[in-house]
Amino acid sequence: MSVALEYHPFESDVIVVGAGGAGLRAAIEAAASGASVTIICKSLLGKAHTIMAEGGMAAAIGAVDSRDNWQVHFRDTMSGGKYLNNWRMAELHAKEAPAEIESLERWGAVFDRNDQGGVMQRIFGGHTYRRLVQVGDRTGLELIRTLQDKAVASKLTVFMEHTVTKILLRDGRVCGIAGYEREWGRFRVWKAPAVIVASGGIGRIYSVTSNSWEGTADGQAIALEAGAELMDMEFVQFHPTGMVWPQSVRGVLVTEAVRAEGGILTNAQGERFMERYDPKRLELSTRDVVARSIHTEVAEGRGSPHGGAFLSIAHKPAEFIKKKLPSMHDQFMEFAKVDITKEPMEVYPTTHYVMGGIRVDAETAATNVPGLYAAGEASAGLHGANRLGGNSLSDLVVFGRRAGFAAAQYALAQAPAPDPEPAQIISAEKEMLEPFALEDGENPFTVQEDLQKMMMEYVGVFRTEAQLLEARAKLQSLQERASRTRAAGSRLYNAMWHAALDVRNMVRIAGTIIESALLRKESRGAHSRVDYPDTSQELQKVNSVTRRLDGTLTVRYVERPALPAELATVLEAKDAGVPA
Amino acid sequence: MSTQAAPEDATSATTRYEGSVRDEALRAQARTGRTFTLRINRGEHGDSAGRWESYDVELAAGMVVLDAVLFVQAKHAPDLAVRWNCKAAKCGSCAAEVNGRPRLLCKTRLEDFNLAEPVLVQPMQTFVRIKDLVTDVSWNYRVNEKIIPFRARTDRPWKFYQRDVEKAQEMRQCIECFLCQDVCHVLRYSGEEKPAFFGPRFFVRAAGLDFHPMDAEDRVGQLRGEGGIGLCNITKCCTEVCPANIHITDDAIIPEKERAVDAFDDPFRGIFRRNGAPKP
Ligand SMILES: Cc1cc2nc3c(=O)[nH]c(=O)nc-3n(C[C@H](O)[C@H](O)[C@H](O)COP(=O)(O)OP(=O)(O)OC[C@H]3O[C@@H](n4cnc5c(N)ncnc54)[C@H](O)[C@@H]3O)c2cc1C
Ligand code: SF4
Ligand code: SF4
Ligand code: FES
Repeated sequence: MSVALEYHPFESDVIVVGAGGAGLRAAIEAAASGASVTIICKSLLGKAHTIMAEGGMAAAIGAVDSRDNWQVHFRDTMSGGKYLNNWRMAELHAKEAPAEIESLERWGAVFDRNDQGGVMQRIFGGHTYRRLVQVGDRTGLELIRTLQDKAVASKLTVFMEHTVTKILLRDGRVCGIAGYEREWGRFRVWKAPAVIVASGGIGRIYSVTSNSWEGTADGQAIALEAGAELMDMEFVQFHPTGMVWPQSVRGVLVTEAVRAEGGILTNAQGERFMERYDPKRLELSTRDVVARSIHTEVAEGRGSPHGGAFLSIAHKPAEFIKKKLPSMHDQFMEFAKVDITKEPMEVYPTTHYVMGGIRVDAETAATNVPGLYAAGEASAGLHGANRLGGNSLSDLVVFGRRAGFAAAQYALAQAPAPDPEPAQIISAEKEMLEPFALEDGENPFTVQEDLQKMMMEYVGVFRTEAQLLEARAKLQSLQERASRTRAAGSRLYNAMWHAALDVRNMVRIAGTIIESALLRKESRGAHSRVDYPDTSQELQKVNSVTRRLDGTLTVRYVERPALPAELATVLEAKDAGVPA
Repeated sequence: MSTQAAPEDATSATTRYEGSVRDEALRAQARTGRTFTLRINRGEHGDSAGRWESYDVELAAGMVVLDAVLFVQAKHAPDLAVRWNCKAAKCGSCAAEVNGRPRLLCKTRLEDFNLAEPVLVQPMQTFVRIKDLVTDVSWNYRVNEKIIPFRARTDRPWKFYQRDVEKAQEMRQCIECFLCQDVCHVLRYSGEEKPAFFGPRFFVRAAGLDFHPMDAEDRVGQLRGEGGIGLCNITKCCTEVCPANIHITDDAIIPEKERAVDAFDDPFRGIFRRNGAPKP
């Protein structure tokens, strides 16, 4: 009949792109709602970036401090996000996270326990009470494994080591996706009326990052291409503490749990410098503040030997450190030959998380494209201008569940997806194979490296108009170069080819970050403009929204809905205590 | 194939940070540039012998084998296939064999080797090669699907303590690198057709579920039957290679083997279990 059939498209009700916490949670819920579900992920199942999360998962259960409740969590999230958050998402997140913890436990997750026989909860920066459910410093592994096991038991279809390159539309609605098999390099088409993008973050656009190689902004790029809107792309979180030395591990995360368990930051002069930047919260101030403080100390010449700050936990008993921070202990022992029970670590900010992403509806995680949903780090809204530690893992399950539920309802109410248009499939395959046709093109690894350095230098912790304009100009040539990167060799598990396709997405999303950063002429949360150091009351009312129309990027401000009176009351309440 | 790296390019693409390395000694080292030879066993689908290719790599401070492999990929052999994700020993993707020993490439420091000799990297030998260092590990995923899933008990309140979960948590540290599967002789010499033997990774997984204080199932019968736990003769090779430091033999296999004996030889135990008495 149509060309599509030659590709034997695999059919289901719901496709989930990504098998991190958000994708797996969405898939489990969609399957539980009666939909047939396909999960597609770039790596092997169980290797998604979520596995690297260390510190914990925020949920106002009050298992350790009974003063905690959803109102306080909501207030902390909004205040940490500098009030740019989608308030409805912040409300749903605070209310629903505790039930998600309970589901995870019933599915077999084994969180650390407290003395009352309930879950242990730890304090983290910006959280008023002890709120993070944890498993030592490998919470992400526990989350992934629990969801992976549950997903396997839910009888879903998983395509691992497959990369999605395009969302297919028919009459403005989603009808499937196209991509390739990494192993054999074969082109593939999947049909479904509903697609959930849960493809994670963008950290790999920067040279110093805590993110795994998968963070190449694929989901954001293909959604943008399909007509979806992106929001708040100027807000990229630099985690204050990445490793600085040795070079080979530069950027690898030093979990906030180190500070949560009592770690102290000092500069080369032995001064506890956080006393100057945030005397009340000190090391447990929000991430944007701590990152800027370390950056400033180093810039003003008070850095450690390798250009960072000292972070020490050595004043705690060695047994305590090994119990509470086992993988940090191993990480420094193995990679830096530093014994953190005796010596300080050296740390410096590292690109960690993107608050911006695909713009979604709070209740359903639906985008503006019918049939397209987004959840997890790929989506925007919950965290506003700055994310609190621990709020991502809870975000994944709360909104993963909502996306899975809504996508299943939508898909089941829909007639079977129409066949994709042959022309779309042909062009998807052509784009995918393009790097092989560009025989005299450039090595994609070189372009990736140049992009990463450029973004780090011009669109980093501190920004100015002049730098951003320079970044815009430089990106133009990088975009040119990216579109001409080539692949050599066969289609079999070919890293060069994969990199050539990834870098095309990376430059696109780098553009949305630069343009949104240029638009926002204020400093707020993770977005620090040296030329506009103040926070503007006016700009608190708007989000930046990016769209691609006829091949050109447009960024505009969109008015945020007003906060309802009852939530305004919650925000103003004064019972917010000092960290316990 | 042998290529000389330019000293300036000595570090891998993703970890370089301009203007931040203040350590003069480090810079000096980068300038003088000690090179060593990395030999990678390459080949395409199913080619088990492969061919050895040599690459000269410039040593950087703290370099791990994965950095060296990625350096080769970025500069000399862009179609070189290798799996990795976290570069922090957390995801278990980069399992391979270095100088014949199963290891995580990202956790193996080059400084620990005698670099006057070439460093040899080959894919895990127990699994069929897809390309270069990437092997087909899908067999493991099929075994995983067979394991009886967790089922929560409903006959008592959800209340338990840290001491009750220590053993389950030890098992749950597994990062699924499959190095233990690679080294285990029951699987290693079995060719493409694997025997009825789940392998150490899945004894660990089953034990992790069995040790959960609120789990209502028992996997002993399964391990003894299709799991083939009886084929394990406690050589402890799996424990030796485990990067998550799980005491696979002492804490998972031996207790499960002993429970296997108990559960089958003592009829009363079997009855108690069915009635929901606490597990040992
Ligand atoms: C080192 C580190 C520590 C962290 N610690 C914490 C913490 O303690 N607490 C906390 O709350 N948060 C933490 N975070 C943040 C949190 O881990 C992430 O934000 C979160 O895991 C993202 O999950 P996700 O499900 O959205 O996506 P990911 O886990 O990133 O998964 C993305 C999935 O999408 C797939 N994918 C991507 N592109 C494609 C494509 N083109 N085709 C097919 N599949 C694709 C990938 O294969 C993967 O399966 C940490 C982050 C890092 C880096
Ligand atoms: S102890 Fe048993 S499972 Fe482990 S390697 Fe030896 S035979 Fe295999
Ligand atoms: S038990 Fe250890 S060696 Fe085996 S897969 Fe898990 S982490 Fe790897
Ligand atoms: S890359 Fe994750 S374990 Fe080595």
